Amino acid sequence: MIRTLEDLRQFQRQQEEHMRKQAADTKAKVLVGMGTCGIAAGAQEVYDAICDELKKLNIDDVVVAQTGCIGFCAQEPLAEVILPGNEKVLYGHIDAEKAREIVNQHIVGGKAVSRWAVNGGGMLPEGEQDEATIVPYDEVPFFKTQVRIALRNCGIINPESLGEYVVRDGYLSLAKVLTEMTPADVVEEIKKSGLRGRGGGGFSTGMKWEFAHKQPPGQKYIVCNADEGDPGAFMDRSILEGDPHSVVEGMAIGAYAIGANKGYVYCRAEYPIAVRRLNMAIAQAKEMGLLGKNIFGSGFDFDLEVRLGAGAFVCGEETALLASIEGQRGEPRLRPPYPAVSGLWGKPTIINNVETFANVAPIIHRGADWFGSIGSENSKGTKVFALAGEINNIGLAEIPMGTTLREVIYEIGGGVPDGKHFKGAQTGGPSGGCIPAEFLDTPIDYDNLAKLGTIMGSGGLIIMAEDTCMVDLARFFLDFTQEESCGKCPPCRVGTTVMLDMLNRIVEGKGQDGDLEKLEELGQNIKAASLCGLGQTAPNPVLSTMRYFREEYEEHVHDKKCRSGVCTALFQYYIVPEKCKRCGICAKVCPVQCISGDRQTPYVIDQDRCIKCGACMEACPFDSIIKR
Amino acid sequence: MGTCNCKTAWDELNEVIDAYRGQESALIEVLHRAQEIMGYLPRDVQEAVAEGLNVPLNKVFGVVSFYHHFSVEPKGKYQIAVCNGTACYVKGAPAVISSLEEELGIKAGETTKDGKFSLAAVRCLGACSLAPVMTINQKAYGLVDTEKAVEILKQYE
Repeated sequence: MIRTLEDLRQFQRQQEEHMRKQAADTKAKVLVGMGTCGIAAGAQEVYDAICDELKKLNIDDVVVAQTGCIGFCAQEPLAEVILPGNEKVLYGHIDAEKAREIVNQHIVGGKAVSRWAVNGGGMLPEGEQDEATIVPYDEVPFFKTQVRIALRNCGIINPESLGEYVVRDGYLSLAKVLTEMTPADVVEEIKKSGLRGRGGGGFSTGMKWEFAHKQPPGQKYIVCNADEGDPGAFMDRSILEGDPHSVVEGMAIGAYAIGANKGYVYCRAEYPIAVRRLNMAIAQAKEMGLLGKNIFGSGFDFDLEVRLGAGAFVCGEETALLASIEGQRGEPRLRPPYPAVSGLWGKPTIINNVETFANVAPIIHRGADWFGSIGSENSKGTKVFALAGEINNIGLAEIPMGTTLREVIYEIGGGVPDGKHFKGAQTGGPSGGCIPAEFLDTPIDYDNLAKLGTIMGSGGLIIMAEDTCMVDLARFFLDFTQEESCGKCPPCRVGTTVMLDMLNRIVEGKGQDGDLEKLEELGQNIKAASLCGLGQTAPNPVLSTMRYFREEYEEHVHDKKCRSGVCTALFQYYIVPEKCKRCGICAKVCPVQCISGDRQTPYVIDQDRCIKCGACMEACPFDSIIKR
Repeated sequence: MGTCNCKTAWDELNEVIDAYRGQESALIEVLHRAQEIMGYLPRDVQEAVAEGLNVPLNKVFGVVSFYHHFSVEPKGKYQIAVCNGTACYVKGAPAVISSLEEELGIKAGETTKDGKFSLAAVRCLGACSLAPVMTINQKAYGLVDTEKAVEILKQYE
């Protein structure tokens, strides 16, 4: 049991000693990244193969352990091999077979297999490449410009070990606030740091806490919003899976600041590993006395519980989330009163997002001034972005606020694959908007994104290339929000349905004059009149793509053309006669037999019967079939 | 709505209900557990939950019908979920869904007549680096395409 700051320091020393001893007694340590995507890519098989190979070779002085998401998702499954006194080597895209070879060559033979290493010299920019060498992580472009605060432990510690968290100064911040600071001091420190909500709104965390702090003493609650619903955003999952204690500690600090003694983490049911690790962390903290009664002998009690979501996007909205924790339908209600005044069961409640809480302990530990020195003028600290879509290095990148989109996409992200051109980046998921290529050099922060007509949101960053149709993409997001509308208020329920109908007509080639003007007007009205954040932001993807890609909408409506070849009603497959070698493969694969021709005459597609499956284009060995 | 006569499952369900007896706020928690045990939430299960937690049946049904995760229809032995999040959508999830629909002869959201497969298009699974992703009974398959998806299905027949 840890009852004093000295107890915690002693526990930390013990753990450090234990780790030192382990390192001295062992030949190597292998860490396998076992977050959801690692496991889906085959990390378990890799883990088993390493253990099995070591057993076969009768090696018992190698530690094999799991860690959370290392963040370089495009390279999963990932494993890190640490030989004392040597540079760490991170292997990517490994399978059971490669894993066995790594055991033999690297661990037994002492020579890293640099061609499979993510930090092998081959990964460096052109001109600096040297296949045979291993470079430090911070020279690898993906890691180079990252500053990891929220992700400080992800991929480094075993998320299921409290000891490893404490070794990295875990719970020292909680000890500090409980033994040295008043709740008002904590609120002041967080306010001073400039930390803003990382879940979407970007509201000052310190100010939010102050509202609840100023409510008269009595029952209050603190809630962590882990209902990460934006498609394409997965940083909260990664933090919960890779460093659950950082969220527990951040919540405990927040609870002390506002005077709450009960907290809930509202987590998506779609994240089973996150839920399991979070529950494990809570149980460990309780066992050690870091949660529960009289923490650090301060008289402060705090208890934490996980509540599962059940698949409703609207529950990411704070009042809907609270209704769901109470066991109700997740329908939002009008604000004010804000939850800080009247939240769970009518009591003052603070709701912050996972990443926000993960930033709290470092701010207390290293000070508000340190945090404030990172980032841009009105957006302090870092933001984790989930890079996905048409980009080489899919993964999680934590960057200082104010980094340009170009750096994120081309340096960290490694650019767009297959030589395609960058077309736009979607931020903020279904509530956000699109940033076209001309704004690649804009520094990313809350204010600049707002000026571009989008939002930071939770940090999903979906990259789109030339073959993404912006009209279809906007339709996709609206389809999402329309289905996720809870139905309580008509502007959202009816408005999004009407907008979706219009977009469906447009992509089917039935657009009419005046449609675009109507879409715009309706969008503005839905934004103005909806009850909650879901409706107020639902038209954003449509309005923002109309702002930057208007000509594509015009083409869809007036010329009945889809330049990206996505909207099937608006293009045809066409065999270029000059390029046709008359092999007949297309005719053979056509499922509706609508292609005719012979050795003498070029093949032709009967457009009336074509179902636009694209099989012919895929099968043609000479690239003679195009979309037009 | 069907009736489940499986006795041990009912015993297990009743234990869960007893543990939360009278706690209205635990409704979603209990429904999660009930669906895990029973596979779905037919009327008699909802009635038992309503009575145990002292919540009106209409409220229980209101909650069940509100959340996507809860189902009042039995699901297939193998539950296929194709992620339709943005990253998967951009990388071709719609084509994967239609090829599976064609292969199974059902639409997304339905179950095959023999009760073997059910198919769903689901919200982002958060494994965007492996887009497009599909899961079968929680086992994830990444980087699928129309052909690979159908091939994976064959392992379950």
